[in-house]
Amino acid sequence: MNFEAQLISLWTLSLKEVQRVLRIWVQTIVPPAITMTLYFLIFGTLIGRRIGQMSGFDYMEYIAPGLIMMSVITNSYGNVVSSFFSAKYNRHLEEMLVSPMPNWTIVLGHVIGGMVRGLLVGLVVTVVALFFTRLPVNNIFITLSVLVLTSAVFSLGGLLNAIFARKFDDVSIIPSFVLAPLTYLGGVFYSVSLLPEFAQKLSMLNPILYMVNAFRYGMLGVSDINIGLAYVIILAFLAGLFTLSMVLIQRGVGIRD
Amino acid sequence: MHALSINNLVKVYSNGLRALDGINLHVEEGEFFALLGPNGAGKTTAIGIVTSLVNKTSGDVLVFGHNLDHDLAGAKSCLGVVPQELNLNQYDRLDNIVTNQAGFYGIGRRDARRRAQECLEQLQLWDRRAEIARNLSGGMKRRLMIARALVHRPRLLILDEPTAGVDIEIRRSMWDFLREINEQGTTIILTTHYLEEAENLCRHVAIIDNGRIVAHDRMTSLLMKLHREVFVLNTRDPVVALPVLEDFNVRLLNERELQVEITRNHDLNSLFRVLSAAGIHVVSMRNKANRLEEAFFRVTERSELASGELPARARAS
Repeated sequence: MNFEAQLISLWTLSLKEVQRVLRIWVQTIVPPAITMTLYFLIFGTLIGRRIGQMSGFDYMEYIAPGLIMMSVITNSYGNVVSSFFSAKYNRHLEEMLVSPMPNWTIVLGHVIGGMVRGLLVGLVVTVVALFFTRLPVNNIFITLSVLVLTSAVFSLGGLLNAIFARKFDDVSIIPSFVLAPLTYLGGVFYSVSLLPEFAQKLSMLNPILYMVNAFRYGMLGVSDINIGLAYVIILAFLAGLFTLSMVLIQRGVGIRD
Repeated sequence: MHALSINNLVKVYSNGLRALDGINLHVEEGEFFALLGPNGAGKTTAIGIVTSLVNKTSGDVLVFGHNLDHDLAGAKSCLGVVPQELNLNQYDRLDNIVTNQAGFYGIGRRDARRRAQECLEQLQLWDRRAEIARNLSGGMKRRLMIARALVHRPRLLILDEPTAGVDIEIRRSMWDFLREINEQGTTIILTTHYLEEAENLCRHVAIIDNGRIVAHDRMTSLLMKLHREVFVLNTRDPVVALPVLEDFNVRLLNERELQVEITRNHDLNSLFRVLSAAGIHVVSMRNKANRLEEAFFRVTERSELASGELPARARAS
């Protein structure tokens, strides 16, 4: 299979994944928009008014980048874990496995699907946020690059979850018990400077903290962490998870007997 | 050239089950080949390895000379597979399923759409192209899987029980279709529980049992090895007394039906001569059992004949 044919197979899978997201938009796009509207309403408008300012910004303005990033993370992850696991469970993943498309196109095609959904939901949440607060952009390159790279990282995370999952319960364990706590404790709703020293040091072990803060820096120009270190961590996760996905698919872990 | 060449293929599952015990199998280009065996014999495992859905333990597999270990993409490009179990995205449209499959083989979108239309028309599914697969009947889903397997025009088509659960009319039309694409040059390997199907369609046959190939021959040669055949004769008039037929083993099933066992040393002409002399007029006759079924049980060392399907074996395939 020459490179052009490989790109066609990648395009086909990406298109299939994007069509899936758009076909079931009521399940993929609308719920996160509603959830985030509630967050803005409750945490931003009702409670936020009593909190006052954080790092020099209104609380609503401060949490908006975090909420956008949170929706991108959960939807990128959720899309791939759901799409890949259902393809595996219902066995139509075999359509790809019997074809000569290389493993990198299978990985990348699913990641693109996850990123499209994550970024689409992020866009919807941004529009929702604009009804509640203003959203400045301090550095457009950092804002977009961190968003895209983070979306890719969590799409790969969803793929790995789906590769190892054997039943539907396994699909929800990581999002519920790992992803949600790390996201909520990753500085979405607060600055880690408010925490006691021990908790601050512990928070520094949370990779999501770097992603949320780097994105917030791109928009508001404030951050609890070093932006360069955030890029290093995000790129390291990206390379590590992509390599791991490739090795697992090559070996047939979870997808071949 | 061999369309498929399997050498010393071994598969041991993680639970210790030795599903394939060093099988060797060679299928010539252009063949219509039957791979038979009881449930759990290793057919699906062998097909799984050839189609790279199952990892082998050891051995070599070559598809049109492409070794799975060294040129997997080359081997896959030559292969089309229709699996035993439905593996369709039930919520996707028929035309999307077939078009996307072409895309996975590197066929551009426009060409993929055109080929999808051709295949869906051939399998009489074009009118339903906009429906989701879930809405199709069992037979239509099988035909959709065949259309999907053919869209990249494979040189070798592997069908794992393609007519299971399909009514007789659709089964016959699928036979015609498979004969047609075989005549056009596609090599076909078929596994089936319907031995009549294998006898009707296939020119070569291999029988696999306990993970080993126990027979591998031309269909006609395998059937020639049968030493006896059992016929049931229907008579015009009631048979009051069983005639004495020295060279034949005869049994009266009821007053108008005789069961006669004929060995290879005798022929039907001599039987009819003896019956005519005894005043018995035969109006019709049939084989008591499918000949391939008889051969199958002989090579897998089963003494009893089953009437319909192959016996199940109490282990996973």
